[in-house]
Amino acid sequence: MLTELGHFSLILGFTVAIVQMVVPMIGAQKGWRGWMAVAEPAAAAQFLCTGFAFAALMVAFVTSDFSLSLVVDNSHSAKPLIYRISGVWGNHEGSMLLWLLILSGFGAAAAWFGGDLPERLRARVLSVQASVGVAFFAFILFTSNPFARLPVPPFDGQDLNPLLQDPGLAFHPPFLYLGYVGLSMSFSFAVAALIEGRVDAAWARWVRPWTLAAWMFLTVGIALGSWWAYYELGWGGFWFWDPVENASFMPWLFATALLHSAVVTEKREALKSWTVLLAIIAFGFSLLGTFIVRSGVLTSVHAFANDPERGVFILAILFVFTGGALTLYAARAHAMEAKGVFGLVSRESALVANNVLLAVSSLVVFVGTLWPLLAEMAFGRVLSVGAPFFDAAFTPFFIALALILPPGALLGWKRATGAKLARQLVPAAVLAAALAVLGYAIGSGRSALGPLGLALGGWVIGGAMVDMWMRSGRGTVAARLGRLARLPRADWGRGLAHGGLGVTFIGIAGLLSWQQEDIRVADIGDSWSLGGYEMTLDDVTQGQGPNYLTTMAQMTVRDGGDVVAVLYPEKRIYPVAGMPTTEAGIDGGLWRDLYLVIGDPQDAGGWAVRSHVKPMAAWIWAGAILMALGGLLSLTDRRLRVAAGAKRQAATPPVAAE
Amino acid sequence: MKRLALILALVLATPVLAVQPDEVLDDPALEARAREISTGLRCPVCRNENIDDSNAGVSRDLRLLVRERLVAGDSDAAVVEAVVARYGEFVLLQPDARGANLVLWLAAPALLLLAGGVAFVSIRRRSTAPDEALSEDEEARLKDLLDR
Repeated sequence: MLTELGHFSLILGFTVAIVQMVVPMIGAQKGWRGWMAVAEPAAAAQFLCTGFAFAALMVAFVTSDFSLSLVVDNSHSAKPLIYRISGVWGNHEGSMLLWLLILSGFGAAAAWFGGDLPERLRARVLSVQASVGVAFFAFILFTSNPFARLPVPPFDGQDLNPLLQDPGLAFHPPFLYLGYVGLSMSFSFAVAALIEGRVDAAWARWVRPWTLAAWMFLTVGIALGSWWAYYELGWGGFWFWDPVENASFMPWLFATALLHSAVVTEKREALKSWTVLLAIIAFGFSLLGTFIVRSGVLTSVHAFANDPERGVFILAILFVFTGGALTLYAARAHAMEAKGVFGLVSRESALVANNVLLAVSSLVVFVGTLWPLLAEMAFGRVLSVGAPFFDAAFTPFFIALALILPPGALLGWKRATGAKLARQLVPAAVLAAALAVLGYAIGSGRSALGPLGLALGGWVIGGAMVDMWMRSGRGTVAARLGRLARLPRADWGRGLAHGGLGVTFIGIAGLLSWQQEDIRVADIGDSWSLGGYEMTLDDVTQGQGPNYLTTMAQMTVRDGGDVVAVLYPEKRIYPVAGMPTTEAGIDGGLWRDLYLVIGDPQDAGGWAVRSHVKPMAAWIWAGAILMALGGLLSLTDRRLRVAAGAKRQAATPPVAAE
Repeated sequence: MKRLALILALVLATPVLAVQPDEVLDDPALEARAREISTGLRCPVCRNENIDDSNAGVSRDLRLLVRERLVAGDSDAAVVEAVVARYGEFVLLQPDARGANLVLWLAAPALLLLAGGVAFVSIRRRSTAPDEALSEDEEARLKDLLDR
């Protein structure tokens, strides 16, 4: 019964979205206030309807209602509660419903907290947001109904893909979607502004918090996915340039570019049409990402939907929205005359360079991801584009980006001079050089990557510190420190986010250049040494988890006789899904991770064992967390809170209501 | 993830885990070269996985083949060529820069040159244009409005 109510509620949401799409837009064109005012209650109703449908589906999963075909395919009664909940979005239909829930959630947030937005702009934004909603309601209802019943319910379900039964992956999709879909707000603002024919500083300021929120969630989502790959896939890589990873990375790159160009539009009224274009492209790439993941058009590790009908539908959505918005852009962009004049050496120019580099690096990802498809269709060449290509083609642009970051952040607006800048950057250069020397000294001589990566990381972190210090003004150190603490949160956010990028650079360089590995057959009781540690295989036991069988090893790691860690790497078999998974035993640390994997029993006795020492691994995700924290800090800055259109007395930041 | 590989592995034998201890060559220099080559070769039955990370049986065969050739004294390039001859350019994770693939390699640098050039020219033209920005008073008023 609840399932049918959920289905009905979804259809109701669909009709509400259609009303929300049509009525306020007409109202805004004609200047009818009553019609414009429909947008807010409609946005709220749409969100509530979708929320109810989502809750109904969740109840079906939690109670293991095997009369739903979706629950049968993706759940099992023996599954722990958290994975019964995450199973809701661990499949195509449910994840699209989550997409829609978040989409309507953003719309409702804009309705509830956008009180100070101009009436017309708000009506148009909500109308555009609803039009995206209409497309996805239709997609779910007509091609991917999550509420389909089975005439004869089976006794039990077929279980969720065991690789998805993991805390990291339980929360990876919601964050990723919050990011993907959050960009729909920037898109709606861009299209509304194009219809309105007006882009000004205030508009840029309204867009920024939404972009920032989306960017922050996307950062967390990508980091979670990467962290999951690191500990779950069993060989300790953190990024595979898989099409699905790329699908989330491209919107991130464009969202990053959008954040920076919106600053220029807000502060200097320059780059207006470029900012609008970026907002459209960023969401376009979100849709493209959804298409890549959902259609399974590019064979990839994540594709669990392989239905062409759905692929074509999403492709149509992609073309209608990006194509429509771009057409509108072509017709209206000339109306957005740039005002701010700036010199070649200025922060504006640096931000333009930032945008060019980010756009070019996403083009690398874009072309590389789609090339196998194109080459096969157009030239009949069946080929692969994998990690070595991306490493070679992508890295130079990001190195350039890291190089210009510190000077760009320090440059003054409008016109600046190089001489003062060079003086200010001396500490950052010293830090970079020191780290490079350090890297060279430890270096096994394997490559220049280690010293270079450390130097870049030092340069970016040092630059962020200099940037913060320069903002503290003049005077005694104590006075400056005092002022530093009172700097606006947005300044701290910027420093943290930039510093976080440097931290990630150091992590990647450290991990890739100095990781050590040992592969061997070990009998119980055997010891071996790796990277200054002595590892012992103490025991291997067979056990049983809630819904899996496990082979668990106990391994002790010693450093000069002292026990550093006792780790329990596992190999699990999920009998229902018939799939094995590896659970690495990891001892995380600031300077290194110890990473142990248990393999198969060998015919001649003993076990295959792999052990790794991975230096600086934690820094990769620590950097991402810093970036996201920086975003969060900026988001709570008073200026942006006001800017989101929030009424001044509203105490909560706009997106916290999600 | 690796579903196909895993299914195959399950069907064919007990699952194997990437590089196995019995594959590792005694000569560390040769083994390092083998690993380097392996990370550039795609597992033919997997989704975006190199043979070094892959659990599939065919990847194991390829890893052994690579090592066999290396022990026989082949150069890295010759080893890769031998594998490509057998499985086609599909197994190359880094496509060559010949023919149509030039588009793949040159698209981004070309865009960089183009965008950089356009940006440079337009900024320079704009920076010499008369300053039409807001006057100080207007700026102050705008700031006041925005910060309210």
